[in-house]
Amino acid sequence: MDMTALFLSRIQFASTITFHIIFPAFTIGLAAWLTVLEALNLSTGRPVYRALFDFWLKIFGVAFGLGVVSGIVMAFQFGMNWSVLSRMSGPIQGPLLSYETFTAFMLEATFFGVLIFGRSRVAPWFYLFSTAMVALGTTFSAFWIMVNNSWMQVPVGYALEKGMYVPNDWTKIIFSPVVWVRFPHMLFAAYLTGAFCVAATGAWYLLCGRFITEAKIMLRMGLCLAAVLMPIQLFIGHLAGDYVHDHQPEKFAAIEGRWHDEQPASEVVVAIPDEASASNKYAISIPVLGSVIGSMSLDSKEVGLTSFPRENWPPVLIPFFTFRIMVGCGLIMLALAFIGSYLSLTRRIDRNRLFLWATFLSFPLPFIATWTGWFTAEVGRQPWAIYGLLRTADAMTPFLTARTAAISLVIFALVYTFIFSFGIFYIYRLMRAGLVPPMVTPAFAAVPNRPLSLAGEGARVLEEAGE
Amino acid sequence: MVTFWVSLLAISILLYVLLDGFDLGIGILFGMTRDEARRHAMWGAVAPIWDGNETWLVVTVVILWGAFPAVYALLLSAFYLPLVLMLCSLILRGVAFEFRYKAERMRWIWDFGFFAGSLVATFIQGMTVGALVEGLPVTNGEYSGGEFGWFSPFAVLCGIGLCFGYTLLGACWLIKKCEGDVKAAAYRQVPYLAIGLLVFLVAVFSFALAENLQIMHRWVERPYLFIFPAIAALAAIVLAVSVERHRDGLPFYMVTLIFLSAFGTLALSFWPYMIPYVLTVEEAAAPHSSLAFMFWGEGLFVYPLMLAYTVISYRVFRGKVRATPVH
Repeated sequence: MDMTALFLSRIQFASTITFHIIFPAFTIGLAAWLTVLEALNLSTGRPVYRALFDFWLKIFGVAFGLGVVSGIVMAFQFGMNWSVLSRMSGPIQGPLLSYETFTAFMLEATFFGVLIFGRSRVAPWFYLFSTAMVALGTTFSAFWIMVNNSWMQVPVGYALEKGMYVPNDWTKIIFSPVVWVRFPHMLFAAYLTGAFCVAATGAWYLLCGRFITEAKIMLRMGLCLAAVLMPIQLFIGHLAGDYVHDHQPEKFAAIEGRWHDEQPASEVVVAIPDEASASNKYAISIPVLGSVIGSMSLDSKEVGLTSFPRENWPPVLIPFFTFRIMVGCGLIMLALAFIGSYLSLTRRIDRNRLFLWATFLSFPLPFIATWTGWFTAEVGRQPWAIYGLLRTADAMTPFLTARTAAISLVIFALVYTFIFSFGIFYIYRLMRAGLVPPMVTPAFAAVPNRPLSLAGEGARVLEEAGE
Repeated sequence: MVTFWVSLLAISILLYVLLDGFDLGIGILFGMTRDEARRHAMWGAVAPIWDGNETWLVVTVVILWGAFPAVYALLLSAFYLPLVLMLCSLILRGVAFEFRYKAERMRWIWDFGFFAGSLVATFIQGMTVGALVEGLPVTNGEYSGGEFGWFSPFAVLCGIGLCFGYTLLGACWLIKKCEGDVKAAAYRQVPYLAIGLLVFLVAVFSFALAENLQIMHRWVERPYLFIFPAIAALAAIVLAVSVERHRDGLPFYMVTLIFLSAFGTLALSFWPYMIPYVLTVEEAAAPHSSLAFMFWGEGLFVYPLMLAYTVISYRVFRGKVRATPVH
């Protein structure tokens, strides 16, 4: 076993999936937002909703395309770097991820095609239906991914036969309570990402004094939605913490920065955990709160890391800090959503430039929260690839050398940076162009399966406008 | 259930090879001309469908993982470096498709990316098949050939051979879809490509005989396999005639027939092995519970839907592509 190859493989998987998650997180929320806009367009008939829909559909197209492109690599990476994992858990993970691909294809092939060039060719209700189907499709994709990942976190419904994890109860796997907490958590994260990106765009346009009516709608809808979702999300997040507490006590202890068993347990708010001495430096902690959060009681005993064998410890620093960053982002978003909804509903939002700046600058927050949440979940699961069953070190392709892993890492890093910069650049160009009046798309460019081609229309209009 | 999934896998691979085959081939031809009008027409002949073609690769890979996890794990880890290169080539090529007409000064980068990406991806696919035919070094169910264990003169030969094959397929697609200059050029290219392919097929065959590859014994055991070269030879004759008489529709289907017979040859000489002399189909298959789970959803409903959708999208974009630039 080559430890450097293992390290490089983990870095490669982590970085490619970190890059990939940006786009699904963004598009799941956007698809739902597009459905709402189209429904409003149909029910009120106000052209402003139509303009907003057309604008966000283009951005959706670019993000969707980048998500598809970066997702292809994921389908290969399991077998390339983690051959032992993919052979042993293939009977379970393979079918789950194949469902993900098939669902995504159905969405992309059938209904996204209608969205791109179908408005003039189908009935309005069918157009709305297609939008809803695209949203449903992205949601299903997320669902299968969450089933798959939740099985790696808390494996259920399997039996070990001939060196493979053979599924013997699919209902247990799919309807595992862990799935039904983590899937809503991810879904809400995606909705919040969409909501904040929409609100931030609205704030930006207001600050520039462009598209005032549309910008106000974006702000109001984005922030009010966030104000409703954010408290629910915090609650679901707490439930997600409960599953970690019950099923992955090592991870829970690492997140809490709890080294020794405590009764009643205190809650470490901030500190610098030190693995070598198994203690926290500069800790600020609140007594008893740890028991309340962990078990909803005032005097429960909470387990510390030193109660577990050293070789089963996850790295402590990363889950400890990423969890706090995630919660911090969540609280800032909650505050913004509440203040913003109040200002917006009392129609004072456009005069409050400070708040507009804060909202505009808040768009990275949901992405950071999603990333750090995943880091907490995934790094906290270490040293296991499948919790309690298969160690990450044993899951790797046994003959993979450090040199090979380094070559692939460098190549992927270069290619991803390259396409990422272009993707961001095009989304920026679309945002700067803003809400252009609807135009007829030439038949040649308007084809399904080519989401990125939508971006071209906006860009071209921009060029023709002489900007 | 195993038969069902192995058939679906075969259909997916075949569709991928035929569909992405011609658009990769056009990518290679694209790099061989400097003429902007011709380049534009080539672009138009594949633009509406290339993305759909590539999804068959992903479909193949996930079926492989779900239904034959042992093969998935073994092949993907064995061909590590070639696959990294192939994936990046496909990504760059896909991005080039979208950005070519959005760039003015930088267009040459995308043109080069389109050409190079197509060429590298094709070569690697051919080389992979070659290495499989020759037999991968495997001990105890684990690939044991090291970083470059797949590399051999035979595999390289197959890689170059496939470049000719895909390019031929691409040229025939252009004949079918285009008019004027592009069609004329494609008609000129077809004989060279066909002869090139033939030379490589003969070379591959004699190489296999000379090396006394294990797989060649199949041909002695199963004389009915000779039906495939016979079909291919027939198709080649019709191809020659149709090119001679400028029947635009025919050449593509004839080359398709050649590819089909090559695929049939490979599949039947591998059978019952999935990776020759290492894993049989039965050994590689996932347990029944996995296959059944996949069958009732994606196998029974989604897969037929995808086939139907592919047919529909080709019908929508049937007929000749306009020669005048739209952009």
